[in-house]
Amino acid sequence: MANDPRFDYALHLADNALVLAQRLGAWVGHAPELEEDLGLANLALDLLGQARLCYAYAAEIEGRGRTEDDFAYFRDEDEFRNCLLCEQPNGDFGHTIARHFYFSAYQQALYTALAAGPDARFAEIAAQGLRETRYHVRYSANWLVRLGDGTAESHARAQAAVDTLWPYVHELFESAAVDRAASAFAPAPESLRSAFERTLEATLAEATLRMPSDDWQPRGGKDGRHSEHLSYLLAEMQSLARAHPGARW
Amino acid sequence: MYTQGLDQAGYDTGYAQDDAALAQRFQARVDAEDKIEPKDWMPDAYRRTLVRQIAQHAHSEIVGMLPEGNWITRAPSLRRKAILIAKVQDEGGHGAYLYSAAETLGVARETLVDQLLSGAAKYSSIFNYPTLTWADAGAIGWLVDGAAIMNQIPLCRCSYGPYARAMVRICREESFHQRQGYELMLALCRGTEAQKNMAQGALNRWWWPAVMMFGPSDRDSKHTTQSQRWKIKRFTNDELRQKFVDFTVPQAEFLGLTIPDPELRFDADTGHYEHGPIDWSEFDAVVKGNGPCNRERLAARRTAHEEGRWVREAAAAHAAKQALRRAAEAR
Ligand SMILES: [Fe+2]
Ligand SMILES: [Fe+2]
Repeated sequence: MANDPRFDYALHLADNALVLAQRLGAWVGHAPELEEDLGLANLALDLLGQARLCYAYAAEIEGRGRTEDDFAYFRDEDEFRNCLLCEQPNGDFGHTIARHFYFSAYQQALYTALAAGPDARFAEIAAQGLRETRYHVRYSANWLVRLGDGTAESHARAQAAVDTLWPYVHELFESAAVDRAASAFAPAPESLRSAFERTLEATLAEATLRMPSDDWQPRGGKDGRHSEHLSYLLAEMQSLARAHPGARW
Repeated sequence: MYTQGLDQAGYDTGYAQDDAALAQRFQARVDAEDKIEPKDWMPDAYRRTLVRQIAQHAHSEIVGMLPEGNWITRAPSLRRKAILIAKVQDEGGHGAYLYSAAETLGVARETLVDQLLSGAAKYSSIFNYPTLTWADAGAIGWLVDGAAIMNQIPLCRCSYGPYARAMVRICREESFHQRQGYELMLALCRGTEAQKNMAQGALNRWWWPAVMMFGPSDRDSKHTTQSQRWKIKRFTNDELRQKFVDFTVPQAEFLGLTIPDPELRFDADTGHYEHGPIDWSEFDAVVKGNGPCNRERLAARRTAHEEGRWVREAAAAHAAKQALRRAAEAR
């Protein structure tokens, strides 16, 4: 049934993962080094896998025969429940790394809590995702340290990236309707912030980067109010599927 | 696959400069199907030939990520998107093993990459064709990976050990890609009219380029013999091309697609399909840099390399600082 809060929550988790996977997929073949082509592809594949598990769960809860592809390709922008951070453009490699570090450090805290939560399916998805997410935190933290500590240019670019994306971090830790409805089986986002900040502070210190201090706090992604970037992302992602409605691929 | 340019490059045997006894022992080992390993003595020309061939193959894997990568963001289902990302990732992995195999011959990856970016090194001309529709991603897996397998299975027995071993792993993945590509085409051919047209369009565009992947006809390719004596190459271009055509035509029939060659016919006496004449002027133009996408492919590689420079420099600088810090701690 559609009013089940698990349905919206599953879509929220799936949309975060899919939108970020879509961003990462665009790097494949264009990364700074061959090893990073492979590494970024791994991140994209992990997130895509998580998205598919969550869409499958949403489909089951809804029980109307919609599939993962109906959710991914045939919903409009205002139906997507991903956080604004995930849809931000790739920018340079530093921006992609900063975005990924913020997101995966958040996701690590979230999945840790969900894995111990009362909903067996979310717990299973989160436990499986957690192994991947830990690697994502390591991958992006290692790069943030290399970039921050590397050359004067890379330090400046890493600082700019961390600063530019910082405002979008706040939404991750604020309760929106989807979180409030999920309080019986999912952690309150606010409760995840201290674990996130421990990871963040340790990594920024090692990377010799300043803590960002911008107090602009854009929000709305979880309620379907997105930045201008998402509609372009979806237009590209959905174009072929929508040109052939009902087709099987 | 990917080794077509070799036949046009020309060889010298190099034996004159090398000690005749060593050369004789080397050839005896090759004849006995012994593997030559990096530390073994080898003729200079053998080394140069291998470096050129392996590098060309590696570059082809890397440039080959681009045409299919073009559809990652638009793949029409999540399942297909995951398969495509993993496939393009595999090709990158093939590039990485092959650069490592070339490094065992004493040439750094950086040097080889510079040769690719400067335009001095060749890569397979097939990747200079555009992927205009989703079906092209299927046609590449089916035809291009399919042609690659024909070329590469014999390379698993290549006399040079590291290359042969890299090819074993690569071939396993290429045949997986070939099956996935074919399965993609099958889904289109069993789909709507529009999907089937898309599949036929892709076959029309990729058939001849795939047939040309095996390189010039044996009549025009004078340099096959030395490579065969060295057991780097086991079959001639035309022999491999014939295997590919024989293998692929029935698959097209099963899909219900038409091969864009009005002269194609089955010869019951030989048991082989005979194809019509190949337009070698098109092949020559693409090899010389004037295919539909040569410039874009190289530009994309150069852009990635240039835009990634600060990242590579940062990694190197950080590693050097770490080494200094560790040394200071040890003191
Ligand atoms: Fe490959
Ligand atoms: Fe392949």
